[in-house]
Amino acid sequence: MFVLTLLLSVPLGRYMARVYAGERTWLDPVLGPLDRLLYRIGGVRPQEEQTWQQQLKALLTINLIWFLLGMFLLLNQGWLPLNPDGNPGQTADQAFNTAVSFLVNCNLQHYSGESGVSYLSQLYLMFLQFVTAATGMAAAVTVFYALRKGIHTTLGNFYVFFTRSITRILLPLCLVVATILLFNGTPMTFKGKQPMVTVQGDTTMVSTGPVAAFVPIKHLGTNGGGFFGANSAHPLENVNYITNMTQMVAQMLIPFALIFALGYFLKKRKMAWVIWGVMTVGFLLLTIPTMITEMKGNPAITAMGVDPALGAMEGKEVRFGTPASAYWSIATTVISTGSVNAMHDSFMPLSGLNMMLAMMVNCFYGGCGVGILNYFVFIILAVFISGLMVGRTPELLGKKVEAKEMKIAMIVALLHPLLILAGTALAAALPSQTASTLANPGFHGFSEMLYEYTSSAANNGSGFEGLGDNTIWWNISTGLVLILSRYLPIIGPVAIAGILARKKYIPESAGTLRTDTATFGFMVFAVILIVAALAFFPALTLGPVAEQFAH
Amino acid sequence: MSGSKSPSRLFEPALVREALRESLIKLNPVSMVRNPVMFTVWIGTVVMIVVCCAIALTGTTGQGTLGYNLLITGLLLLTLLFANFAEAIAEARGKAQANSLRKTREETPAKKIPAIGNWSADAIQMVPSSALQKGDLFVCEAGDIIPTDGEIVAGLATIDESAITGESAPVIRESGGDKSSVTGGTKVLSDRIEVRVTSSPGESFLDKMIALVEGAARQKTPNEIALTILLAGFTLVFIIVTITLKPFADYANAPITIASLISLFVCLIPTTIGGLLSAIGIAGMDRALRANVITKSGKAVETAGDIDVLLLDKTGTITIGNRKATHFWPANGIPEADLIRAAALSSIADDTPEGKSIVELASQNGTHHWQLDDQTIRYSENGVERARYDRQDVTFQRFTAETRTSGINMPALSIRKGATDAIRRLTEKAGHPFPAETGTRVQAISGNGGTPLVVAQNDRVLGVVELQDIIKPGISERFERLRKMGIKTVMVTGDNPLTAKFISEKAGVDDFIAEAKPEDKMNYIRNEQSEGRLVAMMGDGTNDAPALAQADVGVAMNSGTQAAKEAGNMVDLDNDPTKLIEVVEIGKQLLMTRGTLTTFSIANDVAKYFAIIPALFITSIPSLQALNVMRLHSPESAILSAVIFNALIIPMLIPLALKGVAYKPVGAGALLRRNLLIYGLGGILIPFIGIKLIDLLVGLFF
Repeated sequence: MFVLTLLLSVPLGRYMARVYAGERTWLDPVLGPLDRLLYRIGGVRPQEEQTWQQQLKALLTINLIWFLLGMFLLLNQGWLPLNPDGNPGQTADQAFNTAVSFLVNCNLQHYSGESGVSYLSQLYLMFLQFVTAATGMAAAVTVFYALRKGIHTTLGNFYVFFTRSITRILLPLCLVVATILLFNGTPMTFKGKQPMVTVQGDTTMVSTGPVAAFVPIKHLGTNGGGFFGANSAHPLENVNYITNMTQMVAQMLIPFALIFALGYFLKKRKMAWVIWGVMTVGFLLLTIPTMITEMKGNPAITAMGVDPALGAMEGKEVRFGTPASAYWSIATTVISTGSVNAMHDSFMPLSGLNMMLAMMVNCFYGGCGVGILNYFVFIILAVFISGLMVGRTPELLGKKVEAKEMKIAMIVALLHPLLILAGTALAAALPSQTASTLANPGFHGFSEMLYEYTSSAANNGSGFEGLGDNTIWWNISTGLVLILSRYLPIIGPVAIAGILARKKYIPESAGTLRTDTATFGFMVFAVILIVAALAFFPALTLGPVAEQFAH
Repeated sequence: MSGSKSPSRLFEPALVREALRESLIKLNPVSMVRNPVMFTVWIGTVVMIVVCCAIALTGTTGQGTLGYNLLITGLLLLTLLFANFAEAIAEARGKAQANSLRKTREETPAKKIPAIGNWSADAIQMVPSSALQKGDLFVCEAGDIIPTDGEIVAGLATIDESAITGESAPVIRESGGDKSSVTGGTKVLSDRIEVRVTSSPGESFLDKMIALVEGAARQKTPNEIALTILLAGFTLVFIIVTITLKPFADYANAPITIASLISLFVCLIPTTIGGLLSAIGIAGMDRALRANVITKSGKAVETAGDIDVLLLDKTGTITIGNRKATHFWPANGIPEADLIRAAALSSIADDTPEGKSIVELASQNGTHHWQLDDQTIRYSENGVERARYDRQDVTFQRFTAETRTSGINMPALSIRKGATDAIRRLTEKAGHPFPAETGTRVQAISGNGGTPLVVAQNDRVLGVVELQDIIKPGISERFERLRKMGIKTVMVTGDNPLTAKFISEKAGVDDFIAEAKPEDKMNYIRNEQSEGRLVAMMGDGTNDAPALAQADVGVAMNSGTQAAKEAGNMVDLDNDPTKLIEVVEIGKQLLMTRGTLTTFSIANDVAKYFAIIPALFITSIPSLQALNVMRLHSPESAILSAVIFNALIIPMLIPLALKGVAYKPVGAGALLRRNLLIYGLGGILIPFIGIKLIDLLVGLFF
């Protein structure tokens, strides 16, 4: 699966670099008119370049509009059309949480798709999954533009990046994925629940819907919001091993390709490979122990006399097996997808630790666009320290990194632990709001809370589950965490890049620290480890670590 | 160099005493707040003092015993004092160095000339040097110590500058030229000069430098600010970590004492680099001062580390002094002896270094002797006099910019030597052809980096004298070193392009500016800067001042004009043009020391986590004993050991902070790998060992 993803992502990266650079691509004849139509409707002048401030303003404005529209739909879905199952409107706090979480690429889903939303809402949520992925990608492209050689005040046009992300990249890819899913039996219908005769002979009503349209963007856009409550563990959402693989590849494809697009775009392919290498090392360091742990089986269950040959199967689907589920669990957490094909709550404590670490780091591949942006912040920090170590004031790609950029980078780097730890601390300190919603007491219960905030702050959206999360406390608190942790980490890196772009370009010399070497890659890795991972060490100690050693 | 005058030991007892006193004074929160990292430690200490008081008054034991809490408080205070001491000792050393330079000039009697009217010798007032104001005139005669910095307005004098530069050979300073500047504390050896004071008391460069070293006027440099932000960020992260740990622990029924939380916090924040940061900056300026360079701002030292292009004057930097005659090349049909004789006669009254070297070469290893006295010019071979001319019959032709020749006129004999085209014009005007072989020779000499001087007698060319530059031994290795640092070297010379090219190739310079006029330097600097490079140059003359101001690092020679010194951002007391190279290395060292100690400080956190986190929870969650990889004796001893290590590492690193991390020009990648290995990996491993060792000791009591 991994190799396949890599093989697909390199040419895709080259294609994306061409798309964003505005060069001709083979889809131009088909999609060029569509783009122009969209620009005309939106009143966008595609040739007009924007500064980074203008781009961010555009980004935030359209996001706000979508949020308000989403709130309206979710609150009123009960009487709006396309609601064959007659699902009621959501409560205000739940609608807030849902709208925000889809908008910010998190898809926390404090509801179940079968009963919580109408098809109209599902379609709107699907639309949001497109725009949120495109938003992240467009922001990343702004950074690409800023890192070009020379001095720049304008960095391309946000609307163009945004539109092209959807029409040239997401839509075509989604069509391919949807086709594969359809051939494997994923439903695509606007009819309501379908009757089905079960093995026992009873007739039950099974929820269906336009699933095949919904699922591709859920993964390609690293969104992860399931059509059904059980997400990709649901037999209609993820039918067999082939669909599992397709979804797996789809969710890692764009984060991979964006790295390579960076390399092609800046003509620094070695740098792209180093970035990818660091991320891959991080990914494997989390995946391999998880797979081993899970395949060994749960000693507590083995002690009950169950054969551990299949591994720790509690909470996993037989049609995928332990290794694929373990692989998925880390892939979905390093990337901000957050779709699940097994129940993370039932994984071994060490695997839970790895999943949380994956989201705490949040830049090993990461979500569409935002993964690179997060990584960019760590590059800035690493450049600063290692630049000093070679006896020069730090510079990145010929631009001096100074106090202002450090300030922004530090704020963004700080925000993640702040939201996770402060959120969890509040939850732990207010047992009246939270204790009753936990399925487990003790360390595992603590892990459930920690996971929920980590997942929110990483805009991941997977749930440890075992947490009754549709309460006002959880809806509002995670909703706020979501907003902060989505937009500040976009604004920060774009601002840094925008400031850097205006600076004088310093040509490279033998004394310049090169950012495309393995040494520098290692440096970034060390910074990530110490800044992102170590800050959570005490919290993790009280959660999964204590649980692991307690067994 | 004057290194011997300065406290060369790192910890001079007198300085240590002063620094110890200062480190207590610096506990004042107003001065602590300048350093956010240490200020949080200060707050932690205050909280601990309150906790100790509470325990002492109420006798509760929920927060641990009084003794343990007192011990933690004491250790935190010690951490603060160590950090303050690091800054104080750096300041003390800098001040001592500057003071030793300044001491010589304090309260020297000055012979002031009253400002109004024409002055006479009677009108001179004796005033103390401190009473001299900017613009005042004073007189110095042989034997006087020059009371303050100034510019010569009349006269010429030989001056002993050894008090400042350590160089014993006297130098000549005269009014008008580029060497009109005198420094307070130096001694006039001969003659009499009138000097105008150029700085008010307390405003000389040294005074400014001392103010820079002392706390009040010291501005944080841009890089220091950025690093402080990074460190403050780390501190904030750990504030979040420790504060949120409290509810987490309560939730897990593993309550943590205030002492433990504060200990964890203080150990995790980068106190090591936080405590040493300002000391590193001061030490950078101090190291520059030890190299006899006065920096006008800390930023200049930092910028020096970033320099991409160095503009170096050829004379004195790349070549030793001046050109020397190396060969006589007679034209066809001319005996060599005739050429030598003519060349020597034309140069005998020429006191330029070139002229002297021609006479020296003409003496042919001392066998031939040319002598000039008041009455005669005599020429002898192996002690036998061969010729004698009466001075009465002789007139000397001095070099002028118009004729571009110099020479001698004797009865029936006129000898000229000069630039090729000037002599060619002379001979061709008189109807004599310019010999072709001399033309070729001139080409060859120029192509060889030499300077040809053609000699003509009665308007006929006799031949050509070859003058060659002598390149300083070892200079090409220095340029190689600079190239490895990524610095481009540019030679500035008044020579023609051909000569300049040859010398630059021979010396290993990357580029050159030939036939350089002051505006050429300026244009070159502007051009490099427009491409984003940082340029450093050294200069002395008034016409260098604009370029010195334009350059990112401009080092003015102390002997230079006041205008040059005002324009540059450093002043070199030794007037040594190679000093630029040292300045660049000092700048790089400064930045590297910051980077490596930051890395070390942050890498230390790994071990400290493994020491403290298990200690916090072991009592309530015994299974976490598995995390106690160092097998520390008890929770109390683990926490104490970590805090002790955290405090002790600061004074242990003071010598490194003051001396700076050694710079090796091996390329950025290799340097990063090397420093990562030493300070990154070392930073992870050392505290594991250190904390374990301390624990073995502390474990005996707790």
